[in-house]
This record gives sequence, C-alpha cells and structure tokens, in this order.
Amino acid sequence: MADLTTKIASLTLRNPTILASGITGVSCDSLKRTSEGGAGAVTSKSVTMEARKGHNNPIMVAFEGGFLNAVGYSNPGIDHALQEFSAYDGEAPFIFSIVAKDAEEFGEIARKADSLQACAAIEIVLSCPHTPGYGTMAGQGTPQATQDITRAVRQQTKKPLSVKLSPSIQALGDIAKAAESAGANAINMGNTAGPGMVIDIERGQPVLAFKVGGISGPALKPLAVRCVYDVFESVKIPVIGTGGISNGKDALEMMMAGATAVGVGTAVHYRGPQALGEIAREIDAWLDAHGHASPGEIIGIAHENEPRK
Amino acid sequence: MINMDEKNAYKTFRIASIRPDNYRVKTFTLDGALEAKPGQFCMVWIPRLNEKPFSIMNADPLTFNIAAVGEFSNKLHELAVGDKITLRGPYGNGFALTGKEKKVLLVGGGYGVAPLYFFAKKCLAQKIEPVMVIGARNEQDVLLEKDFTEEGVRVVVTTDDGSKGIKGFATVAAQAELDAGGVDAVFACGPEKMMAALARLCKDKNIPCQVSLERYMGCGMGICGKCVCGGQRVCADGPIFPGEEALKENDFGQKSRDASGATKTL
Repeated sequence: MADLTTKIASLTLRNPTILASGITGVSCDSLKRTSEGGAGAVTSKSVTMEARKGHNNPIMVAFEGGFLNAVGYSNPGIDHALQEFSAYDGEAPFIFSIVAKDAEEFGEIARKADSLQACAAIEIVLSCPHTPGYGTMAGQGTPQATQDITRAVRQQTKKPLSVKLSPSIQALGDIAKAAESAGANAINMGNTAGPGMVIDIERGQPVLAFKVGGISGPALKPLAVRCVYDVFESVKIPVIGTGGISNGKDALEMMMAGATAVGVGTAVHYRGPQALGEIAREIDAWLDAHGHASPGEIIGIAHENEPRK
Repeated sequence: MINMDEKNAYKTFRIASIRPDNYRVKTFTLDGALEAKPGQFCMVWIPRLNEKPFSIMNADPLTFNIAAVGEFSNKLHELAVGDKITLRGPYGNGFALTGKEKKVLLVGGGYGVAPLYFFAKKCLAQKIEPVMVIGARNEQDVLLEKDFTEEGVRVVVTTDDGSKGIKGFATVAAQAELDAGGVDAVFACGPEKMMAALARLCKDKNIPCQVSLERYMGCGMGICGKCVCGGQRVCADGPIFPGEEALKENDFGQKSRDASGATKTL
C-alpha cells in the first residue's frame, strides 16, 4: 500500500481527495457521512454573511459531458452555518468555504469562520460564474482583487487558507501569484467553467432558471488539468486540482499536472458519497501497481523540469 | 466518457386528460409512459418559473395527482388538455418488496396517497393483498378512495374531524390493522410526524416498514444537498427509507430545510 498521506500547509489529510464546496455540504451529518466514506477532507457549501435562497430551480442540468449548475449561493448565512457545523467531528478535516461581496466582508466572515473549532482550514472562492455580486460576476477574478481579498482574510486567520480560482480566466498565473503573495497557503484550481447554456428544444427555453451555469463533470477535466499545469508553474504553494475527476485515473492525471490534492464534486452524482474513498483506493492501487510509494513521486511529473518535490 | 443518464434528460408530454378530485386536487394523465417504480418521482419543469418534485401515481400512462398549494402547483392547475408538461426522471429508489409478503398495509396521509395507489397496483399484480389506510383532515380531503376500491383494495378512511370514516389520525387505524395481525410489511407516505409514529410502532412490533420522505428539493440528482434528512440525500438515497434507518436520522420527524438550507421545525 502506498502512503497517501497528504500535507497542505499545516493540514494533514489521510488521502488526497477533498469533497468540493457545494456538493451536499449543507448539513453537518452529510459531511460526516462523506468523511465516513473515506474522504481526505470535506468542504462546506460556500457560506455568505446573510442567508440566501439562491436561484429558482432548475439549478442544475445534465448534458452529455457533465452538468451545468447555477445554484446562486443558497446558504443559511454564516451564523446559522457556525451552529450547523459546530458538531462536526469527522476524521476528514473540515474546510470552511466562504464567499463575500468585497474584501471587507470577506474579512468579517473569515473572522467568524476562524472561530469555529471544527474549522481546520478556510477556502475563499473568487470564481463563481453564476451569482451576481459574487465571484467573477463581481470582478473578483483579477490579480488586484485576489490580492486585496486574500490579504483581508489572511489578517483574520492563521489557519490554512486556499483560494479557489476560475478556469475561465486567461491571466491565471498572475492571479495565483497574487493569492500566494497575499498569504494564501494553497490554490484550489478551480471552480466550474463557463458559464454555459443548455436550451431545451421542445420548449425553446434555457433550462436553468438563471439561464447560464458553470460547467462541471467530464467535459471540464481537460480544461482543469491545463489550468493546474499552468498554476503549478506559477506558484510554489500546493495546488488542489478540481474539475471533472470521476475516478482514480482522473485524479492521477491531475496530480501529474501538479495537483497535491484533488477536489471531487460531480462524481458524487455518479458514485455517491463514498466516491472519494473509492477514488483514494483507486489511486492507491495504481501507485502500487506502478511501484510508487507515495503520490509525491508523481506530482508534477508532466512538467519538463524536474518536479520540485 | 460518461454518457448522459436518460433519467436526467428532459421529456415533453402533452396532457391527455385532467380529472378534478376535490376543491384543490387534480389528476393529470399524460399522453405517454415512463418506465418507473412506485415511490419514484419526477422533477416537473415550468419554463421561466421553477421546477418541483412530484411522485408518480401511474407510469403507463404517466399520471400525477397534484394539489394546488403554491405558486408552482397553481400554475400547473391552469394547464389544459393538450398543453405541454416537461419533466425529468424518474428519480429515487421506490418502494421495495422482498417477494415474501402476502399482505401489506399502506398508509397514506393527506397528499401522500398517490404513490401508494401506484404501489397497490404493483402489489396486486404480484398477488399480494394491500390494505389501504387513507388519512385526511376531513371528508373533502379524502383522496383517491374510489381509485383504490375499483382495483379491489380494501380501504379504511380516517379523518381528523370524524366527518368520514374513523375519527382520528391514520396511525390509529394502522395500529388496529396491525393488532388484527397478518400484516407482513407497512408502507407509508404522508406527514413526517405520522410516518415517524408509524415507524416506531412497526419497530416495536418488529414489522418491516418503509417511509417516503419529502424535502425541499434542488437538483434532484444527489449533488446540491438541499434535500438532506440528517446525512441522507432524500432525492438520491431515498425518497423511500426503511423505518429503522429513518429513525436513526436526528432530523426524521423533527426538522426540514428551506431553500437556503436553514433548518426549520416540522
């Protein structure tokens, strides 16, 4: 058996799989269940300052390559979320995902999130493609905004901090560097892509209530792999590769591009909450079969230069 | 490459007939069929408005029993024969039979009777005797009684105010049926407090029980987490759960969630 222990700053995971934000992360019990299913870490649904109902349904639609979603950051607000997750005691560390309208509000929510004992790390998301006032729709996907927001959050917490970026932005390297220079401990690369649109031809209407939504699932994978590859060359902090990972081979591909850990989302639709544990076992089996003692031996090997680790 | 699952594809039907059942419930029969199991549900979409889950009353032709209780269902009630209905599904696991049952007790409270009608027909086809308890607030709210009796199912009606049948909750009639003996399994759909009481009753009597949960639903595909009851995703892990499993979840019979994910007392 390979040693799958994964370190991201001061965070230690039993394996490199992380439940991505927005995937069943509404209740404490569902995160515990994902932990029991073998996840390396679990992430809450992204939380805002106040409660948000989100967009009307349909919030998610399938297409041949995966899904589009436009949930619109439905969440009960940070104060309710602090209560909800206070009882979290799963083996997989709990990552608190937060979003806000600007740097000041980010700082304020981060201060609250940091106060939660169960919170092992904080993720800030600057990349949602489908919610007015947040993410790329609020201009948070620029180097300057990334630096300002990351700095504001860094001032409120000493816990490991990851910044989640959009795969639909060209200046990724500069944005990742901005996050790193402002004190981020990891880059989560990244969010859903697009936005895209699905039209039902029998009704002649976009299916999603918000009309457009972020693309996830297998169709996102090659884009996400390329983004991880680029970010790996731009920063020294670890990269969490997220996008289209359905099985161990997908995860290994992402790790060869440079990911230290992998975010798993849509695969929970295909394989249920135990998907992460299964993916970890598939990574393990492949590493064993290829004579590797740990994932560290393959992280970043797709790059021309020697891997840095 | 994982191909798109057929259940996730939107399918457009036309309404073949509409039957008014009472002052706010109508039965909509569509012009086609869907391969589905009793207890499964569809996500019905009205473009530019919303999308909501509805349990299936019949698969062939596809039929839904719909109460006008809000903006979305009111809009459905405005539709006429020939109009389009677009939906995806079927979703969820459905009621399960072991193959050993000879007699089963079905308990439907309020609008929960429709999926049990579909299930009763399946039982009859497998030579299992279903007994149906219909619980309602009053005489006007008793749904589908004639549909069951026309299939030859014995029906016991209870009303909260005693305006029809036995006065009291459906659980009172269910207890009497269980006490009479011979019931191999219980299947319930209705208010969650009723189902929680029934699940505890069945646990005490050591009779297998399945309950159909209802939650605010978002994606319907096991991803968004809005419909969780404790750690269970009602859309993908349910909506049917063994009573004993449901009783392990702290939320069962106690708490639900709104569209934001905030908990509210049932």
